[in-house]
Amino acid sequence: MFNWVSQIFAVTSFSMRSLPQRKGSSAAAMLGIAGVVAVMVGVLSIAQGVLKTMESSVGDSNAIVLRSGADSEMMSGLSGDDTRIIAEAPGIARDANGAVASPELFVIVNLPARSTGTDVNVPLRGVQAPAMTVRDSFKLVEGRMFEWGLNEVIVGVGAHQQFSGLEIGSSMEVGKEKWPVVGVFEAGGGMAESEIWVDAAVLQPAFRRGNSYQAVYIKLDSNESFDEFKDTLTSDPRLNVKPMLESEYYDSQSSVIFNMITGLGRIIAVIMGLGAVFGALNTMYTAVSSRNREIATLRALGFRAGPVVISVVCESLLLAFVGGLIGAGLAWLAFDGYRAATLNWASFSAITFAFDVNVKLLVDGIVFAMIIGLLGGLFPAIRAARQPVAQALRGL
Amino acid sequence: MTEFLMNHMMVKVRGVDKIFKRGSEVIHVLGGLDLSIPKGEFLALMGPSGSGKSTLLNLIGGLDRPSEGTLEIGGKRIDRLSERKLAAWRARHVGLVFQFYNLMPVLSAQKNVELPLLLTKLSRAERKKRAAIALDIVGLSHRAGHYPRQLSGGEQQRTGIARAIVTDPTLLLCDEPTGDLDRKSGDEILDLLQALNKEQGKTIIMVTHDIHAAARASRTLYLNKGQLSTEAVD
Repeated sequence: MFNWVSQIFAVTSFSMRSLPQRKGSSAAAMLGIAGVVAVMVGVLSIAQGVLKTMESSVGDSNAIVLRSGADSEMMSGLSGDDTRIIAEAPGIARDANGAVASPELFVIVNLPARSTGTDVNVPLRGVQAPAMTVRDSFKLVEGRMFEWGLNEVIVGVGAHQQFSGLEIGSSMEVGKEKWPVVGVFEAGGGMAESEIWVDAAVLQPAFRRGNSYQAVYIKLDSNESFDEFKDTLTSDPRLNVKPMLESEYYDSQSSVIFNMITGLGRIIAVIMGLGAVFGALNTMYTAVSSRNREIATLRALGFRAGPVVISVVCESLLLAFVGGLIGAGLAWLAFDGYRAATLNWASFSAITFAFDVNVKLLVDGIVFAMIIGLLGGLFPAIRAARQPVAQALRGL
Repeated sequence: MTEFLMNHMMVKVRGVDKIFKRGSEVIHVLGGLDLSIPKGEFLALMGPSGSGKSTLLNLIGGLDRPSEGTLEIGGKRIDRLSERKLAAWRARHVGLVFQFYNLMPVLSAQKNVELPLLLTKLSRAERKKRAAIALDIVGLSHRAGHYPRQLSGGEQQRTGIARAIVTDPTLLLCDEPTGDLDRKSGDEILDLLQALNKEQGKTIIMVTHDIHAAARASRTLYLNKGQLSTEAVD
């Protein structure tokens, strides 16, 4: 065992020390792998960013009530009477103004994206006063709150950055009217930051919605209250609704886009990764070929084939690891925090998010690089080890 | 051959065939070859290119296996050993000297000489001490810290010989040890091999094309078309 380990250490050490002699091909393989990892981490960070936005939307002990059968607010519809009955259900938190239940109206308006100038579906939400209480992280960061009863709007920071015409002091066109932008708000990085908010009582007539809403956002006493709350609503013959915890709701909202981007990212990574494997194979075949004399001599002196295999694989893994680190680092520098907007396939409206290059993605990227390195090193290593010693010496 | 001599044979080759296959072509390199080399002999093997000299040397050194026949070195049959056991046997019993030295370019002369000792359980200090002794024997103590690129051809070959003797092997196999050297350096290497043979009793088999080098050996055999003879065949 001692012998085996010392052989591995010795052969691997020669391999590493002779790396500078092969710096050209080694650098090419490393950079190829770095490119693959940077693209993979970059694409997957979009999905992570969207997921993070969705997760940030989830409030503690929050629930949402939609019409039964609706999968999103767009497909839902609740009457004013429904929302009053819902607000009377047990389990809802209460404050000085009564139940913390926010009936909300959700419509879509077209606004040009800053980056492309093309029209994007932007969510416009009609709210009542409890909307700010339900969303604990709501905070006005610029300008002022809109006046209740007036057609003024406030915009989320994401919408403010991504769409044109939402600067404070400017006005957005809704039908034939102009609605002034008076403030910018944050909502803890959640989906609300992609939205424009207005008084629900102003939005209803503007979009001819009568006294109807699409969802009621609820703050519960606690998560434990949800079952009682849900049972009460689903057993009430006057209602035909679907209560959900916000965590469940945003899970379902994010799954389509998350899976789509993640799937796409992985396909791209695998295709590029195949190219990188060939690059690594080429590099390692060249490395083994240039070390033929060393390898054959070591084996002639009595070193065994196993340590030779391990040394070649170690070299390939080292190159891949460094390449992976460079790629992950580049992705982090280039993409982390970069804000963009994409279509939320559940609501067909834009969602703004920040690319999220997190530790898990960086680790995934480096692991992927190591897999490329392993595949790229293994076959040349086996070839080096299988070559008969006498034949290898003759071939010098 | 007397029984006394047979018991003191370092190398016994009996009925050895070696066949190489290149595609559908079958090449008979050695055919039914017999050879005995007593302990302490310095044997030169000569013959034209492709006559099988290096193949025979590789078989005796356990670097290759015969297609037929038996090989007994130092009283041990090596033709049936597994790859792993053969590697261990080589490390312990055979010192190899190559035409082009085959030193590790990233290691100093001292570290190159220590290389075979990494396969033993010797401590680092002991390895260092033995490598220093081997370098002293070949007269290279003053160049121990130099890398192969900093050494002349003759010095590199002397380092190669120090590496070959550092484990105190019973058998020294030299494949064209002076083939890449000028006359003066070649003579120095041959002086060294002769000294190792005479003063330390090493059994040496040397493959060479050089008649002057062969003249330093105690016996010369000629290999032609896979057969051994005591006289050169034109």
